[in-house]
Amino acid sequence: MKDFIPGHWSHTVDVQDFIQRNYTPYDGDESFLTPPTQRTRELWDEVKVLLEKERQAGGVLDVDASTISDIDAYAPGYIDKDKEVIVGLQTDAPLKRAIMPFGGIRMVRKSLEAYGRKMDPKVEEIFKYRKTHNDGVFDVYTPDIKKARHSHIITGLPDAYGRGRIIGDYRRVALYGTDFLIKSKQADLDGLTYDVMDTHAIRRREDVAEQIRALKKLQRLGESYGFDISKPAQDTKEAIQWLYFGYLAAVKEQNGAAMSLGRTSTFLDIYAQRDLENGRYTEEEIQEMVDQFIMKLRLVRFLRTPEYDQLFSGDPTWVTESIGGIGADGRHMVTKNSYRFLHTLTNLGPAPEPNMTILWSPRLPKNFQEFCSKMSIQTSSIQYESDDLMRKKFGDDYAIACCVSAMRVGKQMQFFGARANLAKCLLYAINGGRDEISGDQVGPELLAVRGNTLDYDDVMKKFDVMMDWLASLYINALNIIHYMHDKYCYEKIQMALHDQQVVRTMACGIAGLSVVADSLSAIKYAKVHPVRNETGLVTEYEIEGDFPKFGNNDPRVDDIAVMIVKKFMSKLEKCRTYRGSRPTMSILTITSNVVYGKHTGSTPDGRKRGEPFAPGANPMHGRDSSGCVASMMSVAKLPYDYSEDGISYTFSIVPGALGREEEIREGNLAQLLNSYFMEGGHHINVNVLNRDVLLDAMDHPEKYPQLTIRVSGYAVNFIKLTREQQMDVISRTFHDHF
Amino acid sequence: MSSISDIAGRIHSVETFGALDGPGIRYVVFLQGCLLRCAYCHNPDTWDGCDGTSTTAGEVVEKILPFRNFIQSGGVTLSGGEPLVQPEFAAAILRLCKEQGFHTAVDTCGAVPMEKCREALELADMLLLDIKALDSEECKSLTGMGNENALRLLNWCQEVQKPVWIRHVCVPGITLEPQKLEKLSDFLTGFSCIQKIELLPFHKMGAYKWEALKVPFTLADTPEPTAAQMEEARSIFLSRNLPL
Repeated sequence: MKDFIPGHWSHTVDVQDFIQRNYTPYDGDESFLTPPTQRTRELWDEVKVLLEKERQAGGVLDVDASTISDIDAYAPGYIDKDKEVIVGLQTDAPLKRAIMPFGGIRMVRKSLEAYGRKMDPKVEEIFKYRKTHNDGVFDVYTPDIKKARHSHIITGLPDAYGRGRIIGDYRRVALYGTDFLIKSKQADLDGLTYDVMDTHAIRRREDVAEQIRALKKLQRLGESYGFDISKPAQDTKEAIQWLYFGYLAAVKEQNGAAMSLGRTSTFLDIYAQRDLENGRYTEEEIQEMVDQFIMKLRLVRFLRTPEYDQLFSGDPTWVTESIGGIGADGRHMVTKNSYRFLHTLTNLGPAPEPNMTILWSPRLPKNFQEFCSKMSIQTSSIQYESDDLMRKKFGDDYAIACCVSAMRVGKQMQFFGARANLAKCLLYAINGGRDEISGDQVGPELLAVRGNTLDYDDVMKKFDVMMDWLASLYINALNIIHYMHDKYCYEKIQMALHDQQVVRTMACGIAGLSVVADSLSAIKYAKVHPVRNETGLVTEYEIEGDFPKFGNNDPRVDDIAVMIVKKFMSKLEKCRTYRGSRPTMSILTITSNVVYGKHTGSTPDGRKRGEPFAPGANPMHGRDSSGCVASMMSVAKLPYDYSEDGISYTFSIVPGALGREEEIREGNLAQLLNSYFMEGGHHINVNVLNRDVLLDAMDHPEKYPQLTIRVSGYAVNFIKLTREQQMDVISRTFHDHF
Repeated sequence: MSSISDIAGRIHSVETFGALDGPGIRYVVFLQGCLLRCAYCHNPDTWDGCDGTSTTAGEVVEKILPFRNFIQSGGVTLSGGEPLVQPEFAAAILRLCKEQGFHTAVDTCGAVPMEKCREALELADMLLLDIKALDSEECKSLTGMGNENALRLLNWCQEVQKPVWIRHVCVPGITLEPQKLEKLSDFLTGFSCIQKIELLPFHKMGAYKWEALKVPFTLADTPEPTAAQMEEARSIFLSRNLPL
């Protein structure tokens, strides 16, 4: 019997060490893959019926409005017990959503009302006496912050819902079992004695005590389904099941904005490879376990308000799974299980979740690169991120949280900070701190621009000061939010699956980068005349002449975009942050580019009031007119060193433009990805679609239950987007041919 | 070097991601001007040789350089219009591209007499040669010129073993006739320089350009070929073991 190679991991929690000593890189092609088993097919058919019912019910099938969700709050639930090889649901029935009020009771109440339900009076009664994260934040918010929030210069802050973006190292449950994990946490706690019991010391001890309690609940969760997860998993099936219980505990405890899975496929392959070699399981059996595991991940649901849906459309959960990459010793980390995970897109059909993320390197085996391209062309369900950029900063055992946020698994977490609206900030600079829509004085009362033509140097000077104000106000808001989240809505099980000492980042973000770059370019290279209303507020702009636009590989404007990124990040870096977290920044909007645009007045680049921004770091719609490579080159120039929380780029192309034959398309797409990443690109969503399909799906959603598209940083069921979001996607640049 | 770089010409536009004009990902330069007036042309805005943007070979290649990573397994294609109506300009671009190590292709209809553009033809690593119709008379009615020059070019390619991709646009009722396709495919079996034959379905996506130029688009009512028709056309070539 083959067994695992022992090492540092054998006596200390060290999953990376276990993986590096034991995994088997796979260079072959996809021919070993097997179709779904009869059981999987039948089970998925049952799920599809439920999904259609959910859609018909307006998005929410059922809610348990009387149980406060927790790791061990529910009786075990099944889809169809006899057909399930991997078990466990968030509540006692599939697609029944739970209430998780610790983030904010108001949010729960509103969500329930939106879906025609009422909160159980028992729960209402409890939360008369139990304060939530949301209550805490609003006790402390200053009038300035409230005003900025109200005017949407900062939006999407996790001040009323769970912050998410924390990845528990769920693999630890499989590798060690809960007994060992509890024991090592107990040892941590025993070591946390200090001469002075100050805030820092007290909080640490309390955190670990909470973590231990959560691990005990996790063990009970396993028991309720008939498994003893106190000991390490013995084979592939147990490994997947144990790992899934870890993840399940997290999504029972937290309604986080993004509840990502981590980097599990190659870890699990170690078990699968051993079982295959020892003859314990066949390839069909292993694929069945993977299919069913993925099926479970597709059923994760949270109760959210319609307002939340406006921001992050399509009911996303960001069960992000990171696949591939290169190990520190130079071996690639593609295994058979990397293929099996992606193969679920064939066996079960395309789907937005889990959020399949390829950690790409030009050094990944060619077979795998072409397989990924093929799956992208067939399903538009995959995103790609540069392993070469991230490995330098995060080693070889990092994973992506949400869309583009890399972190070392189990060793690093982030305080999610949504984003600041830089386009609006530019307008505030022009208007001396007054909001261009309401006319209210929101920012500091500074001198507004004078005269009838905007002067680049003058605007830049004012913009610089306004960004100083915005950066510090923004970080202050985040400090409050994360203090309260730790206090009232601490992620017990997820942090239990971290080391005791973790690196924390304050993950800020910006929206409207291409609007700002194009606006400044217009001011610099064309003539922009401000149009003022009766109160002297600039509300419109007239542009005379042409100007270079971001997305055409034109250094005149691309350099402006780079400069803005560096500038704002440098300002964030100077701020004092909660819990010693290191500020980072992302250029990512998710689908909130529509909402940001809606609340932002006309901008000097010619964009009209209310029109959407481009998503993430994308060039503005239709302005990248030199072909997709030029567009990619512009985006690839944005410096990852100053935007370490990720730079999101969404790319849509019609299949015909990739080449005439299927094989050629696959090769060309792989080559395109290699080149983009060699140029320094960080992230890319790949959609290979015809616009006609999307238009048809808008009118006939029932025909396209699984039509998946990638939007900024995640994938969605196209038919679950709001109509406004659908129009936004369709109006975006689809790279076509001359 | 400087003298070649300074050779001036006119271009219509560029495409930084060309996956349809030769092997791999290619940077495509569309040169301005054409001798033919094909009834199905989808880029009539490239016809007028006085139109477009004036530039130099050096400037054109300068703009290609940043894309090196993207086109390393593909290359550069000169298309148009008809790139060979500006033979010195085309040759200069090709020579500068060769100096940079880029693979080069010229997408041509072959209408320009060889002696006028020999240098460019010799410099190109391969040709994408558009055979509009095998019958010269039909070619003339379809494009305004007979096909003698194009066929001579093909013979030359065979002689020097210059790799060629043949392109043929399939227009229902005109070139998409089984008999004509059979004849054409029989003819092409004699050429070992042909690496690939691309049968391109006629499409009307360029119709708006005709409208903008106020030139009547005579094929406005001609249907685009169906998938089945294209499959049938392909089978004719495949049955003669031609590389599609």
